[in-house]
Amino acid sequence: MHELSVVQSLLETIESYAAEQKATTVTKVIVRNGPLSGIVPHLLRTTFDTFKEKTIAEDAELVIGETPLQIHCHDCKQEAQTMVLRFACPLCGSRNVDARGGDDLILERLEMDVDDDPY
Amino acid sequence: MCTECGCGSKGHLEIIEVEEKILAANDERARHNRETLDGHGICGINLMSSPGAGKTTLLERTIELLDSKFELGVIEGDPETDRDAERIRARGVPVHQITTGQACHLDAAMLHEAMHQLPLGTIDLLFVENVGNLVCPAAFELGTHLNVVLLSITEGDDKPAKYPTVFRKADLLLTKTDLLPYTDFNIEKAIREARVLNPQMKIFQLSAKTGEGMKEWIGNLHHKISKNYF
Repeated sequence: MHELSVVQSLLETIESYAAEQKATTVTKVIVRNGPLSGIVPHLLRTTFDTFKEKTIAEDAELVIGETPLQIHCHDCKQEAQTMVLRFACPLCGSRNVDARGGDDLILERLEMDVDDDPY
Repeated sequence: MCTECGCGSKGHLEIIEVEEKILAANDERARHNRETLDGHGICGINLMSSPGAGKTTLLERTIELLDSKFELGVIEGDPETDRDAERIRARGVPVHQITTGQACHLDAAMLHEAMHQLPLGTIDLLFVENVGNLVCPAAFELGTHLNVVLLSITEGDDKPAKYPTVFRKADLLLTKTDLLPYTDFNIEKAIREARVLNPQMKIFQLSAKTGEGMKEWIGNLHHKISKNYF
């Protein structure tokens, strides 16, 4: 359950951006997850929703987008993308492939309410 | 004051494009660990596997067989007990135990603290024995030069395909090969499926118990340390 460490890191990053902007609340957190990141989206969401309480992101919605795996096929010589974690060419079925990308979990965008007149 | 909808809000919605790895802070600490290792001329190797794949036994045999002109150091990560550290300490090698409690992996900050408990100035080769787990350790860079995953024959040949993240960034050590005659482990299949994940993967097959294959593993370590090739 390393999603806990990931969420702690995510919340620290959110707090830091929110403080920089003098935000009153963070409303949306948009992340992009690769199929080889080792992060399970469902567990990420559950953990985030548990640990966001009493933080600036308490009311934030977590949006998890998925990035595809890039497959380079040595047999049909084509490049293809797949969302399925299956190391075979989606075009010709060959298993003689290299799989690239999709290793990272990226914080893409934050949406927050900023008070224009804090005084 | 909001003039759009009359809600009375004095604020506005700010959208920040971040595009940052969520574990960027860990990556930064890992870079610092790497600089520390490089500064001392230490080759760092992160050993990962399931519990019971033979990491500590491999280390015991490696301590015995490594050329005595090279100094070893070991950092042990376990949820509880310092039994693994005791096994290493009994062989006269400096060792520090990280007891992770409920945490299922080591991260770069834990390694940083542990490294400072060791005599870095005298060490040539530092082994980090990660928590026995094929899932979580893979997500956390430590700053070591090399990741090595141990896969023991009794675990089955389907593990590279089932746990792609950990095998993708590592060299592969097939351990307990003395048990091959008693299982239906298909070496070719395991290697083929592992190479799909990481075509550059170096693969060793050994039994720390019988010593079979240890020569190649030790030879590779000697090469890495003596040529500063890490």
